[in-house]
Amino acid sequence: MSENPNNWPLWEIFIQSKRGLDHKHVGSLHAADADMAIENARDVYTRRQEGNSIWVVKSEQIHASRPEDAESFYDPADDKVYRHPTFYTMPEGAKYI
Amino acid sequence: MTEVKNLEELFQAKIDAEQKIEPKDWMPDAYRKNLVRQISQHAHSEVVGMLPEGNWISRAPSLKRKAILLAKVQDEAGHGLYLYSAVETMGTSREQTIDDLLSGKAKYSSIFNYPTLTWADIGAVGWLVDGAAIMNQVMLCRTSYGPYARAMVRICKEESFHQRQGYEIMAVLAKGSPEQKEMAQDALNRWWWPSLMMFGPTDANSPHSAQSMKWKIKRQSNDELRQTFIDRTVQQAEVIGLSIPDPDLKWNEETKQYDWGAIDWTEFNNVVAGNGPCNKERLAARNKAHDEGAWVRDAAVAYAAKKAKRKAA
Amino acid sequence: MSQALFTYTLRLADDILILSQRLGEWCGHGPVLEEDIALTNRALDHLGEARNLLTYAGQVEGKGRSEDDLAYLRMERQYTNAKLVEQPNGDYAHTMVRSFLFDAYHLPLMQALTKSNDAQLAAIAGKSVKEATYHLRASSEWIIRFGDGTEESHQRAQAALDNLWTYTGELFESDAVLEEMTKAGIAPDIATIKEAWSKTVDQVLSEATLKRPADAFMMTGGRKGLHSEHMGFILAEMQHVTRAYPGVEW
Ligand SMILES: [Fe+2]
Ligand SMILES: [Fe+2]
Repeated sequence: MSENPNNWPLWEIFIQSKRGLDHKHVGSLHAADADMAIENARDVYTRRQEGNSIWVVKSEQIHASRPEDAESFYDPADDKVYRHPTFYTMPEGAKYI
Repeated sequence: MTEVKNLEELFQAKIDAEQKIEPKDWMPDAYRKNLVRQISQHAHSEVVGMLPEGNWISRAPSLKRKAILLAKVQDEAGHGLYLYSAVETMGTSREQTIDDLLSGKAKYSSIFNYPTLTWADIGAVGWLVDGAAIMNQVMLCRTSYGPYARAMVRICKEESFHQRQGYEIMAVLAKGSPEQKEMAQDALNRWWWPSLMMFGPTDANSPHSAQSMKWKIKRQSNDELRQTFIDRTVQQAEVIGLSIPDPDLKWNEETKQYDWGAIDWTEFNNVVAGNGPCNKERLAARNKAHDEGAWVRDAAVAYAAKKAKRKAA
Repeated sequence: MSQALFTYTLRLADDILILSQRLGEWCGHGPVLEEDIALTNRALDHLGEARNLLTYAGQVEGKGRSEDDLAYLRMERQYTNAKLVEQPNGDYAHTMVRSFLFDAYHLPLMQALTKSNDAQLAAIAGKSVKEATYHLRASSEWIIRFGDGTEESHQRAQAALDNLWTYTGELFESDAVLEEMTKAGIAPDIATIKEAWSKTVDQVLSEATLKRPADAFMMTGGRKGLHSEHMGFILAEMQHVTRAYPGVEW
């Protein structure tokens, strides 16, 4: 794809909707630089009070795992249910645990 | 060859299992092409759709309506943006997609080639055009391509007030002065049939439909969506005392839905072919904005480069 | 006193109502989608503030006029906005310079008004300060981008500045109404606002490598309802539907 160098690069936008929560990917937009990306994100993605904090990352700097790797990446976790709290049986009557 | 076939089977199996397709997944070329075409048409429609309504921002008859209309048209810009982004996940840049619109190569929804003549048209557009669009968009929230589905979820959330504000405008006009009521009825008369055309050709004449359904890009046929829209809208018109401009419209006790008259597909084809009342104006307006914005975009890039260089130094 | 407060509140309202009307013209025609959305946010913020001020002006006046009565049923001669905000959009540099010159005045004004003796104005200003802070930040950045961007953008920004400078004097004019308001502790001393404005302008223009025009002749008249010829067209467009169907609801 021959890209015109005068095009604004693409940025991925992550928004934290409330203090204490994760920043969540909400979409992308174009901006000439990071400051502008943050401001554009404010105008584009937080018009309905969705935001508390914004992260922007240039899309080209995001490296994704390959779908073909999914099995080797995530399936090993399948049988490690002991990582989840629901794996454990609590004695009846025990509270706040 | 067999490998492609296997990949295709795997792909279809994923779709049949209601799994979303994500950007890096293998997908048949035709699926990609079909989606790029559909999503970019959709994006163009949002952006061109700003024009007929934007026309009335300066003339909205109360400050409250002006604020609502500004916010509404602004949302449509956002929708265009989300959808262009979804196209970009398939490897087509926004610039390429927009170039196709500006050159007249790409299509957008024909409804936006009709003029907004009176204030009541803003009511009719919100009520009928956004109403018809929402039917489609709610379905697309479950479309098989992940980024498209996610954009649609966001869009549907924002759309929720669009149809309501339009219907409210119509309701106020319909119970207003005789002139206002006449204005509302006239707008309904002009927008009714074009709105029905928004659902596209009948299923029998819809070339891409079957494949799109198999790939779960679409999940309901044009005719199904159109019928649901009619059944809902007729009732809404009754409530505010406006009449649907279709002499053949009649409730069918047996099918529990409305029977209705014939769409003038010659008109539809004419508008699609570029002969609608405003095709030229819409394209000219988009081209003008793009051309006159070029130096602005360039300036931002030049400044960003200078700033980065200074920071590095 | 209430006459002066009415006039003063109306001036504040008219400035941002007309600026909002101008900015709204960009909706759907911006240089890039992101900017289209940003500019509409700006128009919406101004419109929201104008509505609050108009409603309050109507209450102060006590004749039962609503925000819409004041917006739609006054003629050019009764509008008291500064001429700066009624100037046509021109190119994007022109629009941004106009907003920047206004924002640099609007923010310190709103900040000062939060301490107004008039509780209602203070409350309205309290809400506006947040928006105005963002507006000034965004318009300043554009001025810098234009000034320090390309040759063309620099020239366009400088031309806009040279063209609009003559309308800035009016923002800081004083008259009997303003003096009365300042004495009553309702309006801030306009000289302090001008100082803040001037500082911001110098700062931003210097970073933008743009030249501050000399304070030559300054236009006046807006506060007395003596506008440029643009004003009639703005109002004709804005008011025609409302006036064609008097007394109905929308
Ligand atoms: Fe939309
Ligand atoms: Fe919409």
